[in-house]
Amino acid sequence: MKPAPFRYVAARSIEEALQLKAEYGDEARFLAGGQSLVPTMNFRLTQPAMLIDINPLAELAGVKIDAAERVRIGALTRYRNLERDPATERNLPLIHEALPHIAHPQIRNRGTIGGNLAHADPASEMPAIVVTLAGRLRAQSMKGERWIAAADFFVGALSTALEPDEMLTEVELPVAPLRSGACFMEVSRRRGDFAIIGVACTLRLDEQGRCAEARIGLCNAGDGPVFATDASEFLVGRKIGATEIEEAAELVQNAIDPGGSIHASKEFQRHIAGVLTARALATANERARA
Amino acid sequence: MATRNFGAPIKRNEDARLLSGQALFVDDVELPGMLYAAFLRSNVAHARIRSIDVEAARARDGVVAVYTADDLGNYWAPGPLLVPPPPIKDTIFNQRTQVPLAKDKVRHVGEPLAVVLAQSRYIAEDALADITVELDPLPAVVDLEKALTDASATIHDGVRGNVAAHVRQSRGNYAAARARADRVIARRFLYDHGASSPIETRGIVASWDARANQLTIWDTTQAPVFLRNGLAGMLGLSERQVRVIAPFVGGGFGPKIMLFYPEEVVIPWAAIKLNRPIKWIEDRLEHFFATTHERGQTHDAEIALAADGRILGVKDVFLHDTGAYNPYGLTVPINSQCTLLGPYVIPNYDSTFTAIFTNKPIVTPYRGAGRQHGVFVIERLLDLAAHELNIDRAKIRRRNLIPPDAFPYNNEIIYQDFAPLSYDSGNYEPILDKALEMIGYDRFLAEEQPRLRAQGRHVGVGVACYVEGTGIGPYEGAKVQVQANGKVNVATGIGTQGQGHFTVFAQIVADQLGVEVSDVDIVTGDTDQFYWGAGTFASRGAVVAGNACNEAAKAVRQKILKLAAEHFECAEEDLEIANGEVSLVGVPGQAIKLGALALKANPMRGAVRPGTEPGLESTQYFGPPGGATASGVHAMIVEVDPQTFMLEVLKYVVVHDCGTVINPLILAGQIHGGVAQGIGNAYYEQLVFDDDGQLLNASLADYLLPTALEVPHMEIAHTVTASPLNPLGVKGAGEAGAIPVGPLFAQAIENALGLLVQKVELNEIPLSPNRLFELTAKLR
Amino acid sequence: MSTDSHEITVTVNGTSYRRTVESRLLLSDFLRHDLLLAGTHVGCEHGVCGACTVIFDGAAVRSCLMFAAQADGHAIMTVEGLAPDREHLHPLQESMRDCHGLQCGYCTPGILMTMKVFLDETPSPDKAQIREALSGNLCRCTGYQHIVDAMQLAAERLRG
Repeated sequence: MKPAPFRYVAARSIEEALQLKAEYGDEARFLAGGQSLVPTMNFRLTQPAMLIDINPLAELAGVKIDAAERVRIGALTRYRNLERDPATERNLPLIHEALPHIAHPQIRNRGTIGGNLAHADPASEMPAIVVTLAGRLRAQSMKGERWIAAADFFVGALSTALEPDEMLTEVELPVAPLRSGACFMEVSRRRGDFAIIGVACTLRLDEQGRCAEARIGLCNAGDGPVFATDASEFLVGRKIGATEIEEAAELVQNAIDPGGSIHASKEFQRHIAGVLTARALATANERARA
Repeated sequence: MATRNFGAPIKRNEDARLLSGQALFVDDVELPGMLYAAFLRSNVAHARIRSIDVEAARARDGVVAVYTADDLGNYWAPGPLLVPPPPIKDTIFNQRTQVPLAKDKVRHVGEPLAVVLAQSRYIAEDALADITVELDPLPAVVDLEKALTDASATIHDGVRGNVAAHVRQSRGNYAAARARADRVIARRFLYDHGASSPIETRGIVASWDARANQLTIWDTTQAPVFLRNGLAGMLGLSERQVRVIAPFVGGGFGPKIMLFYPEEVVIPWAAIKLNRPIKWIEDRLEHFFATTHERGQTHDAEIALAADGRILGVKDVFLHDTGAYNPYGLTVPINSQCTLLGPYVIPNYDSTFTAIFTNKPIVTPYRGAGRQHGVFVIERLLDLAAHELNIDRAKIRRRNLIPPDAFPYNNEIIYQDFAPLSYDSGNYEPILDKALEMIGYDRFLAEEQPRLRAQGRHVGVGVACYVEGTGIGPYEGAKVQVQANGKVNVATGIGTQGQGHFTVFAQIVADQLGVEVSDVDIVTGDTDQFYWGAGTFASRGAVVAGNACNEAAKAVRQKILKLAAEHFECAEEDLEIANGEVSLVGVPGQAIKLGALALKANPMRGAVRPGTEPGLESTQYFGPPGGATASGVHAMIVEVDPQTFMLEVLKYVVVHDCGTVINPLILAGQIHGGVAQGIGNAYYEQLVFDDDGQLLNASLADYLLPTALEVPHMEIAHTVTASPLNPLGVKGAGEAGAIPVGPLFAQAIENALGLLVQKVELNEIPLSPNRLFELTAKLR
Repeated sequence: MSTDSHEITVTVNGTSYRRTVESRLLLSDFLRHDLLLAGTHVGCEHGVCGACTVIFDGAAVRSCLMFAAQADGHAIMTVEGLAPDREHLHPLQESMRDCHGLQCGYCTPGILMTMKVFLDETPSPDKAQIREALSGNLCRCTGYQHIVDAMQLAAERLRG
């Protein structure tokens, strides 16, 4: 399956990339890792007229922690570098735990976090994690830049809030705070396959050991990453035990509207969402108390 | 013989080339002026073709030609029937074979409508979008039971109820057996098999040399000789004008022995017409539609038993999905019908099948070739019987095994080789014993399972038995020649797709001729080197071609001894062949190298005695009187997560009997590979068609092949009951690993989750976490 | 839709090549049909099977998911670069032969490239780690067991 014809530019600067994108709009696509884009091009499901290769733009990659204890990840940062960075486990435990589930090592060697987020596959792990962590995404264009809250970024299946002339350049996430525990769990047919359901959750406890903050997000539970508001709010203020976890899991099941697929019926997805929420919360709780 | 290679884990001759990327596969062929083909394929499962307009495609820059069925003129014809129905009384068989390019009607998604020849595959694919096709869609025939009704659309004119075939075979008197049975258990079983999915898809390069009047074809085929013969006939050439080369082939597994695929018929024709070499490489998306599959059967089966679990009889009525055409005859359902009998004494058997046309790709054999379906039925019936009669699952099997003194065991019904199903040799109980011992069956059920269950872990054990009819005819041949440099050349017509023929055949010949295995050079799959033989299928390569190599090597050995005896002026008994030379026993220093002897055997001048054949060469053929029956038992311990239904195989055991073992390392590889495909079949792979005949998962992202994380470590043991049907005593082993895995999974999962006592049965394959969730719904 | 071409300079197995490529030419096709390094095989063209895996700037990647144009200025190793010739195989290749880790050989180059990087980075892997590293390469012939054996043997040999 060979792709349809297109024109290709290896961008020499962010400005050049943005200029071309402004010129071509939706007719152009940014080529980052290509691990999601190129298969669709080979199947001819996507036929951009222009491919703007941003891989040469090293300034778009890298991870740093800013003064406000926020992790800033360049959009072009490859999964492989997040895997190898010892700080990932400490600062971004959800990402650290999700990485082995993302495709395969060869894909992670090229795939970028920005590319994945901009692709916005509802079954992808990263969008769910970014939403769970209430991250922010930086969009740049020739007109300037803006920050988009994660909750506003994903507008539908394979659809984001990015304008036709915008490039996602950075993801900002909070560092895991003290007295918190996080857990990412996923059920998929084979390791690396798209999740049947994935659950990302973080719990922060107060000094009395009650839940001060809870955030539960899911992938493949809707037409975008799903933040389980009711379940998350329910846990706040409570001492988390088996009963609370069971109730939260049920709230999650009620909140989601999974699409079903040939691999899993909606009912099975809903069932798994409950099972994984319970297990992930239990683990996160243990980790928060440790 | 001093050199002893037979039975040794000799390393493969072919590996250095494969490992260094220097082995020729079809897509590696580069010829000057080559054009590249792409086929426009129907995206509708069933339709009348109103028109196909290719003018815009022809006008595209870089496109050299575009052809439809009309352009083929008289060359257009339905393909030949590759396997006629076996001579079974009252068989109904409606032959409808595939065509090179669709004319009037399309009958499955992916059926080719037109072919584009262009400067590159990229451009050819661009041109596909230029072609305008007007189709009048018809209702798609997808469901087997609905296909039989009057309300269903008819795929082929004149074939009412879409019945491709109807066959009934029986032995004994089932009705009488049922009448006196203590227990009768009847169930419906669904068994689906899938796409072989070799990592190399199909491909063909055809090169016509108009000056030499010679057509050369490289093809990923498992049957180069018959491909040559058929294409020569179709193209009006003599067989010697056509050379078919099956070079290194990246996995066959059955569908690459389907012959006269549309592409195989069109590309050579186009190469001659355009006088340009043409390459067509199937891409993975096409492979899901353009290459044959195996698919599903629906069985309504019942077993009549005595109270002690002895089988009195089995009755089975099943529907078989043959796809849109049936060029491969009845091989798959006949295998299902025959292999259901398994290693058991089943004195009364009544089996009927209806093969049904559907608007899906053609079904032809894929590793197991229908045996899986039959084995699933009998193994499940025995499991259900064991449960109802409160007899242990292993014990009920043991009770019914054919005893070792009953061979050759005649099951009477006709098998895929047109002969009565006769098992040549076997000793089944020791295989079962060994498997149970290796899996720790008794201890597991008595101690480990309860202990783990108390910890909340759901672990279960399964055991499944099977036989495999292998090594069938008609025949294969081999030419063995000792060359002047002392190396031995062997040519055989069979093709190779990874089974190690280059080494296995070399071992056989090396032992006969006293040379190193690495000094035996094997040529397979090149019709210019050898052009007799049927091909690689039905686990017959080692048996049939291996024995042909053995016969030819023996004949050459005789010539060596005769000529050496003349040379040394001694008796043949005084000679010994070893280490590449012939020597006089007990007389050091009196030896002649085989190469030197070969030179002597082909003098440039002088007279020879009348009747002398030049050289040290012989061509011999081997055709067994019947197939050799291999057998085995698989056992498995599996853990199932009762909430997610994800499973992990904790232990997997195979005990296998394929007669004399030529190369244990290669044999183990065949079993591992077969089991891996069996696991895919049991729990991961399913071709999902919707009601319109659309395949919903035509990609490797959604058609799930097992990876190194889904396939467990396997422990393998052997027993040996040599086959009396060939001098080497060998039986085939290529498909064994794949055959019993379905029922094994069903049984082990039932055991892990305690399903039978809760009245949940797993009578279908494939299973999956989603399916287990659905089937256990009533328990929640 | 229009297309364009680009002049690229890419180093493959230590040799520098300068070529002009159409934008959409896949790296896998470039290696196989332009450079005639046909050892890299194509199995799916959607990044799943791993047969096309090559080493790109030291990392194992799917060459079917890259365009040749992207390789400009980069260094690639393919299976042809693993050993100087057929008589002097790399320990990875020797181990695969010794353990019967290949049957048809079609997926093998992709596996060799994947495991070369893996063993360089993880010189003493256990079986579970090997299987995990192997999970991005599909093999339909071997059932993986002998490949795992081969990798353990290769690791041993590479450690000296």
